[in-house]
Amino acid sequence: MAIPVEKLKWMYETMVKIRIYEETMVSVYAEGKTPVFNIGAGPVPGEMHLAAGQEPVAAGVCAHLRPDDTVTAPHRPHHHAIAKGVDLRRMTAEIFGKETGLGKGKGGHMHLFDPAVKFSCGGIIAAGVPHAVGAALAAKMQGKDAVAVAFIGEGAANAGAFHEALNLAALWKLPVVVVIEDNRYGISVPKEASTAVASNADRGSAYGIPAVFVKDNDVLATYEAAGEAVARARRGEGPSLVEIETYRYLGHFQGDPEVYRDKGEVPALRDRDPILRLRQHLLQQGLVSEADLADLEARARAAVEDAYQFARESAYPRPEAALEDLFEPAPADVQLAQ
Amino acid sequence: MSIGTKRMLTGNKAMAEAIRQEMERDPNVFVMGEDVGVYGGIFGSTEGLFERFGPERVRDTPISETGFIGAAIGAAAEGMRPVVELMFVDFFGVCMDQIYNHMAKIHYMSGGSVKLPMVLMTAVGGGYNDAAQHSQTLYATFAHVPGLKVVAPSTPYDLKGMMISAIRDDNPVLFMFHKALQGLGWMDPLDAAIGPVPEEPYTVPLDKAKVVREGSDVTIVGIQMMTHAALAAAERLATDGVEAEVIDLRSLAPLDKTTILESVRKTHRLLVVDEDYLSYGMTAEVAAVVAEEALYDLDAPIRRLAVPDVPIPYSRPLEQFVLPNAGKVYEAAKQLVAR
Ligand SMILES: Cc1ncc(C[n+]2csc(CCOP(=O)(O)OP(=O)(O)O)c2C)c(N)n1
Repeated sequence: MAIPVEKLKWMYETMVKIRIYEETMVSVYAEGKTPVFNIGAGPVPGEMHLAAGQEPVAAGVCAHLRPDDTVTAPHRPHHHAIAKGVDLRRMTAEIFGKETGLGKGKGGHMHLFDPAVKFSCGGIIAAGVPHAVGAALAAKMQGKDAVAVAFIGEGAANAGAFHEALNLAALWKLPVVVVIEDNRYGISVPKEASTAVASNADRGSAYGIPAVFVKDNDVLATYEAAGEAVARARRGEGPSLVEIETYRYLGHFQGDPEVYRDKGEVPALRDRDPILRLRQHLLQQGLVSEADLADLEARARAAVEDAYQFARESAYPRPEAALEDLFEPAPADVQLAQ
Repeated sequence: MSIGTKRMLTGNKAMAEAIRQEMERDPNVFVMGEDVGVYGGIFGSTEGLFERFGPERVRDTPISETGFIGAAIGAAAEGMRPVVELMFVDFFGVCMDQIYNHMAKIHYMSGGSVKLPMVLMTAVGGGYNDAAQHSQTLYATFAHVPGLKVVAPSTPYDLKGMMISAIRDDNPVLFMFHKALQGLGWMDPLDAAIGPVPEEPYTVPLDKAKVVREGSDVTIVGIQMMTHAALAAAERLATDGVEAEVIDLRSLAPLDKTTILESVRKTHRLLVVDEDYLSYGMTAEVAAVVAEEALYDLDAPIRRLAVPDVPIPYSRPLEQFVLPNAGKVYEAAKQLVAR
């Protein structure tokens, strides 16, 4: 299958945007946390899970999605959010805890909600899988051809919610694709110490659904595998499972001492960087020029810089706003104040 | 580290030492949980145990809380003494059936014939912008169900002594430790997170509150971080001539009513402070006990201070607004003594 050049360029730009976004976050997150690291200090406090290295998963899958398709993401959500087209300014403002953020500063980096493009994420492992199944159920009941994609890590594929949701999706033949990002680790625990099978693709047969394993963080192979799964869902033929081997360049969270892996591991992974590999492919095939790529890179960088600037310049919410948004409409008689 | 003859330890090292000493004493004691191995626990509660005992007795688990907490129940019923970790208390939702319907009830439903000598340890607390799914304390959620002992120590000394008691107890104990009191390098460094801890094993009872500051004008009841907030507030109150008595509850279940009632009968005023949600919480329980048994000893209505009934928000000004702290305790106590 020849991938349309426009799609290739979109994937390249998306991957570059994600990388720049995450690398910028590395330094922004460190602000106020040096010389003494304190997780609650600086303009971006709290836990921070970044996805540098994992761009092919988000770009290769979301290249097949429309704004009315649903995506649920886990605690490491920026790459999925960017590839799904979440408002970058409001997402960044949310991560800075500003009132212009997607959740007016109430959610933070693990809890981003952008209903306009049907994106959500959360901090409880595997919880998004049943949500995607429900979105697929809604699409089916409403007679729409929208699909839902749940992204989770390979560690999450050992949680009950994943298995229960897969069975439901298969039983009701729902238009959902479950995408597992195998970045080898669930925090400190390597896949072989957490998962009884080498590949989660082996688990598809337990639910009678097609499942594939995509090797080596390859965006083109990911694009193809995801394309088949999404098309199958859109045709009403039911769910699929796609596991993608990918790499996590950074710690589980920023500040992770990474005692569980070899110091040489990440440099070796970076030598096979998926963005550079796509770049080379595009040039070697003569699909784009250096100048084209420079344009895409510049556009990606500008979008990221604009989003960070917007976030920095936005105001913090009023403290009392903490008491708002619990119910719709806000109750008059419930005592919320201290 | 040592000051004079007293050895100082952080909260996490005190806990890990308790578990190590019990593992050395009793081969039935073993540890399970996510990242408890090489990583030593996300909040350091199992630091050094993997190196000492290896992967058979310090088991990293998959992210399968229902599976491994349920397995701890099954192993405990066979006479093992598992110490199992739920990484953040907020993740209780994925395994609550095992905790609420099994761990808490099997001893009773079996007419006392099945014992579950197990410890479920879990990290609680916010204040560092980890938002709604990683910042709760949920004290009341667990103290509400009959059949669980629920403890929440606030000093390294108690973390060690109560952990040893919990492991030796023949009942299921939910052991809640506060992230900010672990003394971890990546959290706000607090004086309260480090303290004197004897080297030899010792026990601290699981059913006794502690008067941590004596006073005559008002009783402030707190637990974990709120004990420390109350102590700081009490120092400020003292400069205004108000002597607050501060009680560290230490155990939520069973609740040491005697210590609370004795104090209230002396001070005639009660302020209860909690890092959990206000409604149906620990503050309500303590207030109800005092209203039932010492209402006529009170000179003023009971005052409660807790997280208003909203999830913990992410953004710093929002989170600081909802969490009680020393300043808010001070204000509330001032108002209370003025009545
Ligand atoms: C129910 C639940 N259990 C445990 C955690 C703590 N936790 C957060 S991320 C994580 C590891 C997840 O690994 P994986 O699914 O492979 O995703 P990755 O972090 O590698 O992206 C764990 C154990 C959680 N958030 N929710």
